[in-house]
Amino acid sequence: MTLYLPIAELSVNWLVIVGLGGLVGFLSGMFGVGGGFLTTPLLIFYGIPPAVAVASSATQITGASVSGALAYWRRGGVDLKMGGVLIAGGLIGAALGSVVFRWLQQLGQIDVTINLVYVLLLGTVGGLMLRESIRTLRRTAKGARPKRLHAHNPYIAALPWKTRFYTSGLYISPLAPLLLGAVVGMLTVIMGVGGGFILVPAMIYLLGMSANSVVGTSLFQIVFVTAATTVLHSVESQTVDIVLAGLLLVGGVLGAQLGVRAAQKLSPLRLRLGLALIVVAVAVRLAIGLALTPAELFSVFGPA
Amino acid sequence: MKGFAAFCWALAAVMGAVAVPAEAVAPVRLITDISQNRIDIVYTFKGAELLVFGAIQYPRGSVPDERPGLAIVVRGPAEPITLRKKARVAGVWINTDSVRFETAPGFYAVATSAPIKTLVDERNASIWEIGLDYLQLSPTTGDGGQVAEFTRGLVDLRRRTGLWSEQEGRIGLTQNILYQARIAIPSAVPVGVYTAEIYLIRAGKVIARAATPITIDKSGFERWVYVAAQEHGLTYGLVAVGLALLAGWLAGLVVRRN
Repeated sequence: MTLYLPIAELSVNWLVIVGLGGLVGFLSGMFGVGGGFLTTPLLIFYGIPPAVAVASSATQITGASVSGALAYWRRGGVDLKMGGVLIAGGLIGAALGSVVFRWLQQLGQIDVTINLVYVLLLGTVGGLMLRESIRTLRRTAKGARPKRLHAHNPYIAALPWKTRFYTSGLYISPLAPLLLGAVVGMLTVIMGVGGGFILVPAMIYLLGMSANSVVGTSLFQIVFVTAATTVLHSVESQTVDIVLAGLLLVGGVLGAQLGVRAAQKLSPLRLRLGLALIVVAVAVRLAIGLALTPAELFSVFGPA
Repeated sequence: MKGFAAFCWALAAVMGAVAVPAEAVAPVRLITDISQNRIDIVYTFKGAELLVFGAIQYPRGSVPDERPGLAIVVRGPAEPITLRKKARVAGVWINTDSVRFETAPGFYAVATSAPIKTLVDERNASIWEIGLDYLQLSPTTGDGGQVAEFTRGLVDLRRRTGLWSEQEGRIGLTQNILYQARIAIPSAVPVGVYTAEIYLIRAGKVIARAATPITIDKSGFERWVYVAAQEHGLTYGLVAVGLALLAGWLAGLVVRRN
């Protein structure tokens, strides 16, 4: 059952890795998120070097998102213009992110930063989702119709060079999605996440995109940016483990199918509540890890 | 079995040597061999066990009555590392102080015939780096107290991962001539050229030594992937993306058909 990973340079139980990919795939099929925010921390818990976990997780997300992106494409659920702007931003962000990544590695603060950013992001996003789903659940319980949050953000409306995004039904400045793409691209490089859990809410609540093109466009952007990230990590730090990514992908594909089937039996509201709870739980677990006295006070940083 | 056969050959060689009376007073010699001169890391690699064995060749075959003192050291290539220590800053544990060691072996295992403190004196232990307390790690930063603390930290850390180990009194001796020790190599071992060194020690001093190299390297598919990643980063990255896209696309096809 053990398999030696050529880049991570240790042997793992491949069933555990496939199972881990399957679990994350199940959740991603169920909730429609990439699941990178779960894969990376879980791989690190298992003992994979953080840099390898981050890079290989990005590769896995490319594979996990492509079939979804294609499916949405065929249904016309991808706003190509919006996607293009997001990808351009994502590439800029990825390039910036890799500079920051190397700088943090040299400082020896990369692990702590990854954990801190995870806690902040997942805590915030999870907290907001939790509040939102509980509110909606209460409102539906009272019989009222759920109100859509379609925010008109004055800062975004004030940006120049407005252009029309037909599929998304928007007339906004491309600077806003460019910046959003850059932030997500940076997170992809540093944390090994697709960034769907930020992209999707931001596209709905900040940009005000129409719901039918949000998920497709987000997946479209994720495929391209994670692919670029894989290449970037391969060239710069040689930390992409093809075998690891392959194992995760096998599990992920199987898990996603089960997840999609499970999701059809549950109400979307409960699904969102479930996802919020998982996100918050991961954030709390990581926060505890940061606050508790670590098992190993010392850590070795290789020749650099 | 290969190891055992070689062991028998070594035994025969020594018996032969013993039978022939030496002309002059020759020094004590060590004859040594290892079960594997090369460890290939393939996809099934879960670590390995090295058997280091051999014989002590005494001049004129005069085997002493007392147990000979022996130390067997297997070490991997030394590399510069930075050791960082976490401390609590504003409620969060982050890396703060660091010490750089210029020559920390990626792997170090020592087996001895007796406790190191009684086996070898400090001078000889330091010269030959026998025992984890005597590794020459060449710290280049930090003051004395800090270096001592970080050295202890590094030794503890590497002991727990199995990369460094000390097995006192774990050399098997037969008739005070034949010796053998088993050295465990964990799966997370760095690749490179290792050496197995055998020291014969009397009254705290090293009186004879022998060394033999061991190559640990990735092999087959593992090696191919590793070399590709190191030397053709761009192609490797593009292939990784291509494979991921292909896998995802195929999965999508299969799902649509069902």
